[in-house]
Amino acid sequence: MKILVTVKRVEDYESKIKVKADGSWIETAGVNYKSNPFDDIAVEEALRLKAAHGGEVVVVSAGGPAATTELRQMLATGADRAVLVKHEGFLDSDTAARLLVKVVEKEKPDLVLMGKQAVDLDDNQAGQLVAEYLGWGQVTFASKLESLESDAEKKGVPGVQLSPDKKAAQVWREVDGGLEQLEVQLPAVITCDLRLVKQLRYAKLPDIMKAKKKPIEELAAASLGVDLTPKVKVVRVEPPPARQAGIKVPDVPTLVDKLKNEAKVL
Amino acid sequence: MGNILVVAEHFKGKLRKASLNAIGAAQQVKARAGGEVVALVLGKGTAAVTQEVASRGVAKVLEADADALASPLAETYAQVIAQAVQASGATYVVAAATNFGKDILPRVAGKLGAGLASDIVGLAGEGANVLFKRPMWAGNAIATVEVATPVKVVTIRPTDFPEAVPSGSAPVEKLAVDPTSPKTKFLQFQEVKSERPELTEASVVVAGGRGTKGDFKPIEALADLLGAAIGASRAVVDAGWQPNDMQVGQTGKVVAPKLYIAAGISGAIQHLAGMKGSKTIVAINKDPEAPIFQVADYGLVADLFKALPELTEEIRKVKG
Repeated sequence: MKILVTVKRVEDYESKIKVKADGSWIETAGVNYKSNPFDDIAVEEALRLKAAHGGEVVVVSAGGPAATTELRQMLATGADRAVLVKHEGFLDSDTAARLLVKVVEKEKPDLVLMGKQAVDLDDNQAGQLVAEYLGWGQVTFASKLESLESDAEKKGVPGVQLSPDKKAAQVWREVDGGLEQLEVQLPAVITCDLRLVKQLRYAKLPDIMKAKKKPIEELAAASLGVDLTPKVKVVRVEPPPARQAGIKVPDVPTLVDKLKNEAKVL
Repeated sequence: MGNILVVAEHFKGKLRKASLNAIGAAQQVKARAGGEVVALVLGKGTAAVTQEVASRGVAKVLEADADALASPLAETYAQVIAQAVQASGATYVVAAATNFGKDILPRVAGKLGAGLASDIVGLAGEGANVLFKRPMWAGNAIATVEVATPVKVVTIRPTDFPEAVPSGSAPVEKLAVDPTSPKTKFLQFQEVKSERPELTEASVVVAGGRGTKGDFKPIEALADLLGAAIGASRAVVDAGWQPNDMQVGQTGKVVAPKLYIAAGISGAIQHLAGMKGSKTIVAINKDPEAPIFQVADYGLVADLFKALPELTEEIRKVKG
């Protein structure tokens, strides 16, 4: 079982995000970078599948050289190999998806696991686009039926259930108003939601040392035959509407009075 | 001049409310770019939904009612939506950014070679040059984006667009469809049986943080009274006190209700990112320095175990 997992380097959600004065983008100075938290879930799920069924986990990122940091971290956590599609500057979800398709055509994985969205652009598109361009089935927002406190979760049982012949997978996914279970033929794209995994594994020091020797293959985005012109262009970025400074109320009756007569929400 | 195709979504034989907001958004695009609003209803046994949609100020309804559409699989639905785009001469495709819309619309865009602006909260630009506003970095920035392809696909955030009001009675045209067989199969659906509304759809949310020490009873009592959904901070979820799907925040759910009551939540950036779009925010916290007070319209420095039951009692009185 060969699994390809995407890992995007994004602004840490604990960092304060501020818009640049000229409205061209956000300030990047002083911002921490991390792997996209939904991709962390995808990597964990891939490692669980590998533990259960054997195979190889290949992590892929697209971006500048700094993205090797996140790829190394995933190699230390247990991924076998890494591929970096080198590109400086903005990539919209569609371009990222078409670059990824090229990597998929080369690597021929049985499964592509991705985060449901990256927490920078918050697009929630790339996985679906990859599936569409490849003519594959997709399961978005992969989740779990059993509780995250269940024994299965504590033992690290994967949420993606493979058929005995490993030609299909059964997956629960979050839909509006509940959960649904789909069966998808492999190869397929599965995008991971929060509830798929509770506990992520962390790299141990010896593994971090070993990961330094694991290979990261570099491919230049411009060499892959993909038009890098974005279909969706960011014209301007602005801060969200500021909230008017609120007030402190002395007690509950005052609060209720304000909610009823001022905010009119009761 | 192209038309605007709106994809109507339904559940258990009823139109989803979010689709009314999608029609509302399509009407805004029409006011700017011209063309007609054409709605697409697809599924199996769609007659009642089609009737409802036809009465909401659209020029025409395309109805694709077929066995092959019994389950909303992205592969088949995207094919039919792309077909309807051709049939209606649409240059804009609009759907609500529900899990349904988010699952399917990217594949529609892929099929049409179109760009997709996800989760838009408003229109920008001038006249027929329609640009879109959408939150990025969990709403810490609002981007104005241009979809630079002939066909433009958008998913809209329902809370940011008005519902289409009842108006007229549009003609219905059947769309004959024969989608290729998908590589996915629907197996079963497990409805979340909750008396409470869905977190992202609720007009009132009562949320608890570390200050609850895991005891959500006072929060539940207030939520029951207000018909509210219950949310939680990441600390609560990480501690295993509440399930993950109740987490409000950048990595959890982004909510924008009419009233958000945060109890015992300090207000970490990642939590604020998930709720600061709420119309009115109430914060109850023992710590007067808690960052949550900076975004709260009404702050009460108090122990939630005293304040919440009192608040529940007072609201009960006002509501009679």
